[in-house]
Amino acid sequence: MTNAWGDIKYADLVVVMGGNAAEAHPCGFKWVTEAKANRGAKLIVVDPRFTRTASVADFYCPIRPGTDIAFLGGVINYLLSNDKIQHEYVKAFTNASYLVKPEFGWAEGLFTGYNEEKRDYDRSSWDYQMDEQGYAKVDPTLQDPRCVFQLMKQHFAVYTPEMVEKICGSPKDKFLKVAEMMSECSTPTKTMTSMYALGWTQHSKGAQNIRGMAMIQLLLGNIGVRGGGMNALRGHSNIQGLTDLGLLSNSLPGYMNLPTEKEPDFNAYMSTRGFKPLRPGQTSFWQNYKKFFVSFQKSMWGDKATAENNWAFDWLPKLDVTYDVLRTFELMNQGKITGYFCQGFNPLMTFPNRAKITAGLSKLKFLVTMDPLDTETSRFWENHGEFNDVKSADIQTEVFQLPTSCFAEDEGSIVNSGRWLQWHNAAVSPPGEAKADTWIMAGLHLRIKELYLKEGGAFPDPIVNLRWPYGQPEEPAAEELAKEMNGTALADVTDPNDPTKVLVAKGKLLDSFGQMKDDGSTASFCWIYSGCYTEAGNQMSRRDTADPADTGLAPKWAWAWPLNRRILYNRASSDVNGKPWDPSRKLVWWTGERWGGYDVPDYGPTVKPEASVGPFIMNPEGVARLFTRGMMRDGPFPSHYEPFEAPVANAIAPKIRGNPASRIFKADLEALGNADAFPYVATSYRLTEHFHQWTKHVWVNAVLQPEFFVEISEQLAKEKGIEKGGWVRVWSNRGSIKAKAVVTKRIKPLMVDGRPVHVVGIPQHWGFMGKTKKGYNPNSLTPFVGDANIETPEYKAFLVNIEPTSAPASA
Amino acid sequence: MIGEFSRRQFLRTAGAGVAGTTLGAMGFGGAEQAMAQAVRPFKLARTTETRNICPYCSVACGVILYSLGDRSKNTHASLLHVEGDPDHPTNRGTLCPKGAALLDFVHADTRLKYPMHRKPGSETFERVTWDFALDRIARLMKDDRDKNFQTTSKDGVTVNRWTSVGFLAASATTNETGTLTYKVIRSLGVLPFDNQARV
Repeated sequence: MTNAWGDIKYADLVVVMGGNAAEAHPCGFKWVTEAKANRGAKLIVVDPRFTRTASVADFYCPIRPGTDIAFLGGVINYLLSNDKIQHEYVKAFTNASYLVKPEFGWAEGLFTGYNEEKRDYDRSSWDYQMDEQGYAKVDPTLQDPRCVFQLMKQHFAVYTPEMVEKICGSPKDKFLKVAEMMSECSTPTKTMTSMYALGWTQHSKGAQNIRGMAMIQLLLGNIGVRGGGMNALRGHSNIQGLTDLGLLSNSLPGYMNLPTEKEPDFNAYMSTRGFKPLRPGQTSFWQNYKKFFVSFQKSMWGDKATAENNWAFDWLPKLDVTYDVLRTFELMNQGKITGYFCQGFNPLMTFPNRAKITAGLSKLKFLVTMDPLDTETSRFWENHGEFNDVKSADIQTEVFQLPTSCFAEDEGSIVNSGRWLQWHNAAVSPPGEAKADTWIMAGLHLRIKELYLKEGGAFPDPIVNLRWPYGQPEEPAAEELAKEMNGTALADVTDPNDPTKVLVAKGKLLDSFGQMKDDGSTASFCWIYSGCYTEAGNQMSRRDTADPADTGLAPKWAWAWPLNRRILYNRASSDVNGKPWDPSRKLVWWTGERWGGYDVPDYGPTVKPEASVGPFIMNPEGVARLFTRGMMRDGPFPSHYEPFEAPVANAIAPKIRGNPASRIFKADLEALGNADAFPYVATSYRLTEHFHQWTKHVWVNAVLQPEFFVEISEQLAKEKGIEKGGWVRVWSNRGSIKAKAVVTKRIKPLMVDGRPVHVVGIPQHWGFMGKTKKGYNPNSLTPFVGDANIETPEYKAFLVNIEPTSAPASA
Repeated sequence: MIGEFSRRQFLRTAGAGVAGTTLGAMGFGGAEQAMAQAVRPFKLARTTETRNICPYCSVACGVILYSLGDRSKNTHASLLHVEGDPDHPTNRGTLCPKGAALLDFVHADTRLKYPMHRKPGSETFERVTWDFALDRIARLMKDDRDKNFQTTSKDGVTVNRWTSVGFLAASATTNETGTLTYKVIRSLGVLPFDNQARV
């Protein structure tokens, strides 16, 4: 989230598309209800199903799964064609005026530079025209045919209301009503918020779905303001935290990147991270990258990371490719993975093409699960009739099932979708011999370290030298780790302008990342968390509910990264002169001497408005990007691509299947099904009574939603002779499942290009362990292909067939 | 008068057996005596309150955990009740059907209690000690790392990576657990490292 849950009460229009907040985030959704009740806000829902959110919406528009970009592109076209944009904001705060290279272009569904064999682009033409000093050229009048604004007009012109209806199956009049309601928020005093979740991410072009709405929000001037923003509702309770901390194949903490083998040494790595400003006088805050990187290395390896060994740069592994979970399970199937750990993760019931997941796990030498619950993954080798039809004797994997503590039994911080780090305490002890994950991880590290010290072996340096400054080495305390995330001065940190003035004495906790150095005198595991645990105490455990001006931001409750800032890009809540766009919803403004207001300014605190420094200080441009240069693999603008399995050809570029820049392995390409054998569009979703596969272990929730089902329209039920509550078989080209049929008015056939398309809804909360009846999940059916940029699997749009059947033998 | 009392203070006071006095101060007169005798002491008054956060979705509602036992040494605390934290700025005391049933999650029959081990080809898990499990896993890891660790690429670039063991990290653990997990896994050179964020 750019904003906060409580801030939603200041929206005038709430758009829920790519999510179902009333169902999946009920206690956060109350702020939409507040906005509707107290502010007269309107709620729009765009979704393939008439969801629980749709049932309380002011306006609902159906859409075919996997066609969101065509819809959003239609809105962009509507805003530009009808001149419904916030002109001053777009001109001053976005790159609309930047000139793009003459070589850049778009034809037949592809941007310039495509290589079909590699399924990748040469992105060198996707960039600005530069002047002699290395600054991007601009045309403030927005008239130059090569400026981003004009290119955007051209690119989205194809998404007419008729085209939107043809692709999405959304009736033209309903689409136009949505576009019109959104366009009303182009005035500086009306604000729209976007709430989305996995309905946008789980597509082969998920990142571009989100960009589509981000562009709309920039055109309407809704980023950085109260009641606005791009609000990713997020899934697991600490998915935001684990992302911030970089527990991903290619990440370092705080959104830094793990080096690749194309960056053979520290200088090569740093050379591409200069982040020189692209316009005169801009901040380009990533210029401080080296300070954050060196502080991270010091946190990892302490005294052993020195200027002489380039801060232990060689101790970090270097990527050849990204090892996302799809690639990892592909490698597992090829017999190239020996051992695998699942910490609080149940891939057997979640990762796509379950047959491939079982085959992969069966090829491992060893599997370790760490979980409070008895998961299906830890028992993938056990026969459960047709719900897990395996031969145990044929599976040679050695399995360790390690019991861990749960939330009520540990302490520490987790990060909510609004980036608040909230501390919690333990109430009870774990059951039996269950242990905290920290105890297990420490136990493994200390044992492996001991083996290396005793026996030697492959490159032991990063292991035996890992900084381990904990009072009890076998069980590091949450408070110790929190202080490590925050960071410490390893030597006196002095004021750069006055070396006699000590800002932080040696051994003291840092106040913020502003004090970090690139000379090895500071250590901090995660620079964006710096300030969470200072000499003033644990900021994450604060419980002051004071909220001046009733902003809903609760600035003294817990702590938000970065710097306790509650709304990102908040300088954009005021115009170029520093005056709030909307005096009734002011947030951060120029007081005459400095930036002040209700939030921590996302800006230099004393930078005068006339200095023309842009509000998007992380970007070298200083402004937000409507055109993303070469930063995304599949294009600088979003474009409509069909899901890899679609009922129709791409109406804009009929020859292209799926996202042309998405990676797909050979066997998975061959396992795709076509509309002739699999005529129905399936989509996966969640229910308010369940959380993934955890709550099927919980008696109350198992009672509330006991049994796996699929949801189909009355029309499809009639066509296929399926009865309400009868058993059906649903199958894709990869697998088959049985379920009870829920025949409903909530799903209706969509008219796509003149013919009806039926949608099958498949919730994802069952398995063969726990209190509910045994059942399946959509992952038995889904295709093994992901988003072009981050490899999130395409769970939300794929093809199936359906027929009536009899009950499973053991159900 | 009531305004000076928080809801929680009131409950605690009532449960501590001085309900008569309190109600009397509020002007209930003599009726309170019979009332106080008829009402059982409020169960939660004897419990220890702990502030926590719901572990399910990222709305991260505040919850209050009520447990029996005062956490003194050699006593075993037992979770008795979970409710929404009325002070929390996001949920303001409310919980959804998942959060409201958290007590049953903590006490689920399928909560794991002991380290278990399944031998290759076996049809069952067998209970093992932590030392057996961790010693054996460490051994398996080291042997594979020594065998498959790659110090340089084909082009002679130092890469120091290990790609034949993978780790899926949990997005419901704390930041502090995430930090320690990162340190341990990254220092081994593991590249197949991921969490729920992009699944």
